[in-house]
Amino acid sequence: MATLRANAEAVVDAVLARAMRSAQEAEVLYVASESAPLHWEANAIKGADASDAAGVAVRLIKDGRVGFSSTSNLDDLDGLVAAALETAPFGAEARFHFPGPQALPEVPVHDPATAGVSLDEMASLGQGIVDAVRARFPEAQVEGGVSRSSSRMVLRNSAGGGVSYQRSRFGVGFGGTVIRGEDMLFTHESDSSVHPKVDTERITASICRQLEWARQTAPIATKVMPVLLLESAVASVLLGPLLAGLNGKAVYQGTSPLAGRLGERVADPRFSLTDDATIPWRSSARPADDEGVASRRLPLIEAGAIAGFYYDLQTAGLAGAQSTGSGERGLSSLPGPSTSVLVVGDGDTPLEAMIAGMDEGLIVESLLGAGQSNILGGDFNANVLLGYKVEGGQVVGRVKNAMISGNAYEALSALRAVGSDGRWQGGGLYTPSIALERVSVSAQGKA
Amino acid sequence: MDEAIRERIQSALKGVEAQYIEVHVEEAASSHLRYRGRELEEVGRSSGLGGNVRALAGGGWGFVNFNDLTELPAKVRQAVSQARLVGGERIDLAEVAPVVDHVPPVLGQDPASVALADKKRLFDEYVNLMMGVNGVQNASLGYSDGRRRMLYANTEGSYIEQERVDVNLRMGAQARQGADVQQFAVSLGSLGDYGLVQGLHETARETAEKAVALLAAPKVAGGEYTVVLDPVLAGVFIHEAFGHLSEADHIYAEPRLQELMKPGRRFGGEHLNVKDGATVPRPTLRGSYLYDDEGVAGQETDLIRDGVLVGRLHSRETAAKLGERPTGNARALNYRFAPIVRMTNTFIVPGQASPDELIAGVKDGLYVKSWYGGMTSMEMFTFSAGEAYRIRDGRIAELCRPVMLSGNVFSTLHNIDAIASDLEMNEGGGCGKAGQSPLPVSNGSPHIRIQNCLIGGA
Repeated sequence: MATLRANAEAVVDAVLARAMRSAQEAEVLYVASESAPLHWEANAIKGADASDAAGVAVRLIKDGRVGFSSTSNLDDLDGLVAAALETAPFGAEARFHFPGPQALPEVPVHDPATAGVSLDEMASLGQGIVDAVRARFPEAQVEGGVSRSSSRMVLRNSAGGGVSYQRSRFGVGFGGTVIRGEDMLFTHESDSSVHPKVDTERITASICRQLEWARQTAPIATKVMPVLLLESAVASVLLGPLLAGLNGKAVYQGTSPLAGRLGERVADPRFSLTDDATIPWRSSARPADDEGVASRRLPLIEAGAIAGFYYDLQTAGLAGAQSTGSGERGLSSLPGPSTSVLVVGDGDTPLEAMIAGMDEGLIVESLLGAGQSNILGGDFNANVLLGYKVEGGQVVGRVKNAMISGNAYEALSALRAVGSDGRWQGGGLYTPSIALERVSVSAQGKA
Repeated sequence: MDEAIRERIQSALKGVEAQYIEVHVEEAASSHLRYRGRELEEVGRSSGLGGNVRALAGGGWGFVNFNDLTELPAKVRQAVSQARLVGGERIDLAEVAPVVDHVPPVLGQDPASVALADKKRLFDEYVNLMMGVNGVQNASLGYSDGRRRMLYANTEGSYIEQERVDVNLRMGAQARQGADVQQFAVSLGSLGDYGLVQGLHETARETAEKAVALLAAPKVAGGEYTVVLDPVLAGVFIHEAFGHLSEADHIYAEPRLQELMKPGRRFGGEHLNVKDGATVPRPTLRGSYLYDDEGVAGQETDLIRDGVLVGRLHSRETAAKLGERPTGNARALNYRFAPIVRMTNTFIVPGQASPDELIAGVKDGLYVKSWYGGMTSMEMFTFSAGEAYRIRDGRIAELCRPVMLSGNVFSTLHNIDAIASDLEMNEGGGCGKAGQSPLPVSNGSPHIRIQNCLIGGA
């Protein structure tokens, strides 16, 4: 396989030629990746992994229908093409043609230095975080991981189009657990970068801040109140439902509450959301999508109004729209519409001011079960895994056995404030904290 | 796979210094179909070949996975050197006798024996039935089947070949009225029997009707309720509420958790009995197998007996650390992952009551059925119902919007005040842990009733 890997383009071309003996159009995707994660358990390094993977997928159009197959067995490329041809008579009617050569933006996502970081360096970086958290919270048990990976993708189609690039990623994620009596507290923070450097001090500080805010437990009653969503909660409460609704496929099928409402205001004017795969050095950025369509900046919500939906080739063909360069796929399935690098626009309220401005409210750090309800309809409904009660503008302690519920669209229309504290959450999301005016909080027992 | 591979593994392991090494090699083939509306949106086939080496040496674990089997000797050396790099205190593995065995797949109607055209014809009927229901905006159907041949060898002399066939089906329908979108779905799975996905025409129609009916259903206010759970949702409940906390890898390195989860501690009433096992209640469920991914025989493990914690689920490492016997629960999603402690078939043992008695005892509450999902953080957990009905004066009343339920392991199991006799196992979906998802498991229960259960509101 080492030889094949060095000749990825040759493998792709060979499969493409084989497919074109029987098909009218074809596309071949080759993906190879190497990764090395280290993991920690109970404050100490526990294991070192290494992964070395490669696979090929072929999508072809025969008699107007789409056939597909994939394999990680690079010795069976004949079988690969035969399987795709076998599925084609049953496949969807192709509503697109593979794109020809096009000008692709320069989007750097590979730093060769990342692959050069030694396991020893990764081990001492991780242990540094463990020790720093334990120095402040000796009662915490810390676990987590440090990983580096690099991947290569080669995509070519029978129209002469395609894309080929390498990507590197360095990821760090740790959490501190504290158990007091029957009370279990889990904290977590992570970061990732194309480059072999992440802000470990910020990770440590965030874990310690969570442990600090949760030192005391505070009572909470079943009630409607303001809720401040910290960054990761913004993603699960607001962006999950919103992205399901902006998906060109749900719009085309009429199952999105946003279908037919392009240009309509669906959120507070202070809220904006853009998908931009062209931002350099973000680890989920890319010069072209997984169908070879050039990446671009795609505004989704501008000043609270729907600015666009996102499409892959087939969905765009069905909907009479253009692909927005949003085709994404794993090796073993066809592409579908997906976003890449999301940016929620910053507001003007500092985090401290949002907290100070709450007479009685809830800060949500992380949720349990978010997304396991009717998110297509906009619903959010989850247990507050880590959240803090605010009284008189002060954090008074951790809230337990409580849930929040509501509708993302209603919540987005009644924003209390958008934070000025935006930052990158790893490689694919930039968001500030967002405060909602009225959210239903349900709590166990009497407060 | 054949003798040549066995010899290749044995020669790769020969002369390598380590406390323990295991090798997995896997060959897999699968096919999938996906519908949107009446259209077959995607049909595809996948095949794979790969393996991994896991080594224990010098107090650390090294794990490497790969696709190119010719690199096996180098990968064995790499796994051992990575283990040594980790280092640490000595890790012991619970003793098990080496096993040499060949296990053929559990098969009903083999999905591989059914032509793609016949599968398509059947699923066309289901989606057409769903789309034909008045008020349905869209239907979706996803089907997959796959066969995996897994070979396991270790330096203690075990050599096991196992094969399994999985079948999965998910059907859903969406209904819309203006900006209000409601949906309902069912998820089914089977170990090796395509027959399970046949004859579901009535289920397809009902799925669509339920999505439409939800548009007119009222919302439930958040708060505490008396709830009666159907066997499907009660199975998800016990998986999330207690099953995950029974996985010893969560507790073996954390003395305070061991204190909280001490055998002998009471978690529920005398009537509460919970089991997990790859061989129970039937050896042909999605969570069933003869050997786990450490070559340990699957078995039956009592987790809660008469309301008291009596056991937990182990890998060889966690069993040795806690001084208990291994339970055959070390499982890996596929060769890309190292085995970790997982559930198999997890269920609440049936009691005496009838489901009607459970409902008759509720003045004002909710009857919650089927599921969207479930999550746990050990102490707190959530599980979401696909259907909710109000119970008034001991009778099932109006349909409500689906709800999410939440609980706390130290109180919610005590609040189970009635357990019916009608055990059913649910084989749909799968379980996720540490990035390994969806792992085939099943879970089940009879109808149960829980007092003071927290509902998030619809």
